[in-house]
Amino acid sequence: MAREVSKRRKAITTAAAGCVGFLMFFPILWIAILSLKSEGDAIRGPLEILSSNWTLESYGAVQERSNYLKHFTNSVAISFGSTFLGMLVAIPAAWAMAFVPGRRTKDVLMWMLSTKMLPPVGVLIPLYLIFRDTGLLDTRTGLVLVMMLINLPIMVWMLYTYFKEVPGEILEAARMDGATLRKELFYVLTPMALPGMASTVLLVIILAWNEAFWTLNLTAVKAAPLTAFIASYSSPEGLFYAKLSAASIVAIAPILLLGWISQKQLVRGLTFGAVK
Amino acid sequence: MATQHSRAAARLMISPAVILLLCWMLVPLGMTLYFSFLRYNLLMPGTESWNGWTNYYYFLTDPSFTDAIINTLLLVGGVLAITVVGGVLFALLLDQPMWGQGLIRVLVIAPFFVMPTVSALVWKNMFMNPVNGIFAHLANALGVAPLDFFARIPLASIIWIVSWQWLPFATLILLTSLQSLDQEQLEAAEMDGANWLRRFRFVMIPHLARPVTVVILIQTIFLLSIFAEILVTTNGGPGTATTNLTYLIYVQSLLQFDVGAGSAGGVIAIILANIVAIFLMRMIGKNLDA
Amino acid sequence: MGFKRALIGAGIVVSGSVAGSLAEELTIATVNNSDMIIMQKLSSHWEAETGHTLNWSVLEENVLRQRVTTDIATKGGAFDIITIGAYEAPIWGAQGWLNSLDDFGDSYDYDDIFETVRNGLSADGALYAVPFYAESSFTFYRKDIFEAAGIELGDEQMTYDEFKDIVAMVHDPDNGVYGTCQRGKAGWGENMAFVGPLVNAFGGRWFDLDWNPQLTSEAWVNALNYYVDLMHSYGPPGASANGHNENRALFADGKCATWVDATSAAGYIFNPNESSVADKTDFTQAPKQVTDKGTGWFWAWALAVPASSTKVDASKSFLAWATSKEYVELVGESEGWVAAPPGTRKSTYANANYMSAAPFAETVQNSILAANPADATLEPVPYTGVQFVAIPEFQGIGNYVGQQVAAALANQQTVMEALENSQAFAEREMRKAGYIQ
Repeated sequence: MAREVSKRRKAITTAAAGCVGFLMFFPILWIAILSLKSEGDAIRGPLEILSSNWTLESYGAVQERSNYLKHFTNSVAISFGSTFLGMLVAIPAAWAMAFVPGRRTKDVLMWMLSTKMLPPVGVLIPLYLIFRDTGLLDTRTGLVLVMMLINLPIMVWMLYTYFKEVPGEILEAARMDGATLRKELFYVLTPMALPGMASTVLLVIILAWNEAFWTLNLTAVKAAPLTAFIASYSSPEGLFYAKLSAASIVAIAPILLLGWISQKQLVRGLTFGAVK
Repeated sequence: MATQHSRAAARLMISPAVILLLCWMLVPLGMTLYFSFLRYNLLMPGTESWNGWTNYYYFLTDPSFTDAIINTLLLVGGVLAITVVGGVLFALLLDQPMWGQGLIRVLVIAPFFVMPTVSALVWKNMFMNPVNGIFAHLANALGVAPLDFFARIPLASIIWIVSWQWLPFATLILLTSLQSLDQEQLEAAEMDGANWLRRFRFVMIPHLARPVTVVILIQTIFLLSIFAEILVTTNGGPGTATTNLTYLIYVQSLLQFDVGAGSAGGVIAIILANIVAIFLMRMIGKNLDA
Repeated sequence: MGFKRALIGAGIVVSGSVAGSLAEELTIATVNNSDMIIMQKLSSHWEAETGHTLNWSVLEENVLRQRVTTDIATKGGAFDIITIGAYEAPIWGAQGWLNSLDDFGDSYDYDDIFETVRNGLSADGALYAVPFYAESSFTFYRKDIFEAAGIELGDEQMTYDEFKDIVAMVHDPDNGVYGTCQRGKAGWGENMAFVGPLVNAFGGRWFDLDWNPQLTSEAWVNALNYYVDLMHSYGPPGASANGHNENRALFADGKCATWVDATSAAGYIFNPNESSVADKTDFTQAPKQVTDKGTGWFWAWALAVPASSTKVDASKSFLAWATSKEYVELVGESEGWVAAPPGTRKSTYANANYMSAAPFAETVQNSILAANPADATLEPVPYTGVQFVAIPEFQGIGNYVGQQVAAALANQQTVMEALENSQAFAEREMRKAGYIQ
């Protein structure tokens, strides 16, 4: 029996949740508004800003000064590339941990997670030296490798928790029917774990897109992604709110759109084994 | 059920990940460990020499070190408290029937997609700036003196910014979990005459324990190494008010280019992080096995 | 990519004779201030002339400094041209990290560059960076406000005590004008750039001749007390977060009656498109106190070629273009003369167009010529530099002291606590680096 909910109560919750949503989203909305104002108007009071003229001049200025498309392509290549490569390594590992657990499996998993606690600032110099000697400085390949490595523990762990949720009986039944390991992986397991895999991929792309330390420090120009693009608009001389807003909007828009479009997939899988 | 054959296969499948992460751990970490025992300043080439425990001595007795530890704990703890409590409240709210739930959810999760650098820049300049920020304009409109956020309450300001970024993450996980809560169980409790508060206390809280531990674990991993937000807003100051362990290591190894001291700091940070990790794993391990 | 680059390099060697005329792709790292953005815009002229192309990495100052230092100290070779300051140039040159730049030929006219500037960018007699613009510091003030208050400045350099009395007279927060705006944001290139010359004026120094830090000496205590008291009594709110850019915006917006800061900001303050006080501003030397030595700082932004660059010739050709007399003229004609890069060349100050467009030009020139990094303190010191100490350790110490001073300004601790912490830190660092036992 579904509970009847009064219209009034529904209206109140809608209003309350709407307020919460609006407040959370407001900073993004605000920079979107500022990005469409002139520099002089962008530092005024909120009401004056809203009533001032709209203009695209900041986007023009950003476009003139920076090669947005190049930074964007680099961001896409690095975040998608590292995620794809990482999944290739993480899926088998997570499968093995989930379905053929050994005595040490938990420890291995925990150890993997603990590598994520390595403070990047402490190992930049060693890594910079390695990159210099291997010719990986300012290359997408180098960044793809690093981003894959730092996100690999998260991928393995997320996938592990999804695979754990697949009922063992189904797999056993498949095996009884004589399914090989490969068939088992592709025809039984993959479809069942697909939502989980989709959400892992999305989450890791987001994390890689937003990572700002390695991407800034291991690149100069050729492989520099959007994080480096933003670093040229923070606190320059003179008025800069409108230009900073425009640059911010174009830097976060692609991932924001991806996130919104795919939010159903992202949310469905984003449980980390927390839901039984 | 696992056969000898599948065990071997499993080992084979797990090995690429393990080997890669081992390399990732051993090579830079090994170099860091080695450097931490050297007198090694990048700005003074040619002076590298064995230094024993001196770097550790200097790092541990650094006047900023205790502050950095305390700030790290406050930062992680503060953000966790806000995101967990806020996340539970948001999740309870969004779990109610309402119109336009999809749109509202889209708005709530948006901050999670914003680059940390961008969100720090936006909060610092457009909101918390004591002259041109929105908060300053609001304060002036109300006739009170604008608060100079990064001078008066620097750490709280950073906690606020980071919480804004992570609140959507906590909300999402907790909401998914709430939605999986058995309606029948709730209704049974309701029939037994349990009011909302009792239902929350005895049905929902136990159910949320697990996702909350997950939120704590994942966020802690990321929060221990918060860096961009501090670099953009306060540079660790005023004084050492917002210097966390990561930022202190940054100062040593990338502002003073004292690679030896920075490496010693890195090693100490890894040890401390692992202590926290073991503690967390204990807690979560129990929860995940259940 | 490095491998690919090596292949291309090998290709050049094989093809031998054409190497000189080959179009190169250069990577340039620079800071995001307005002069450099103009340079980026105008660089297409040079690209068209030479056939080379430039890839720009434009970064915020702190990020740039850290990024470039990492690369050059590890000989990473990521950049062909870098933007550095008067602090880095001599240190890095002496380390052998930069190509010397003495071979641009007669047409470049080295003698046209101010000697102070050339010396500031040289080490052991070799020039390691060529100046893009240079600056000293002086006092900006609002002549309309001074007139209304009946204040007349003599030709004499005033003392900081006199300065404070004047500031007190013009402080009018109810009408949105603060007596003075000074840097408060922590950093060796931010608040310490103001505090350094202030301490010099009060007769203080960073180190004695044996490299013992002197941060709790009477001169430092007096200077810091003066600074904190001045800012608390007559400064704008949130002063501890204001750096050069923030103060410049405040002054241009008419919120400050006085401001002691970079001479290079004059081009902005006197540009009516950017500033609302362009016709109401005048300037005078930075104040003195017990001495007039080291009261105006010296700084230059300069371009250099790392020793790790593989495209030295093309890079040098760009440097020669971007710091030439002709470039100054190009900016003057396309962007307006008031925006021409100041402080580097005598010919700029002999140019009638510039002199008539920039009323501040002569004072700037005098301030730069007066600044002497080799003799900037009352008592003898083992270092050079006016507002900084030209040793690699200074960055770390300067930043720490800057943070302590900012904390004192934000009322989080007393001046004495700030100085004692600073002294303890400086002693530790100097001991660690082996200067003192």
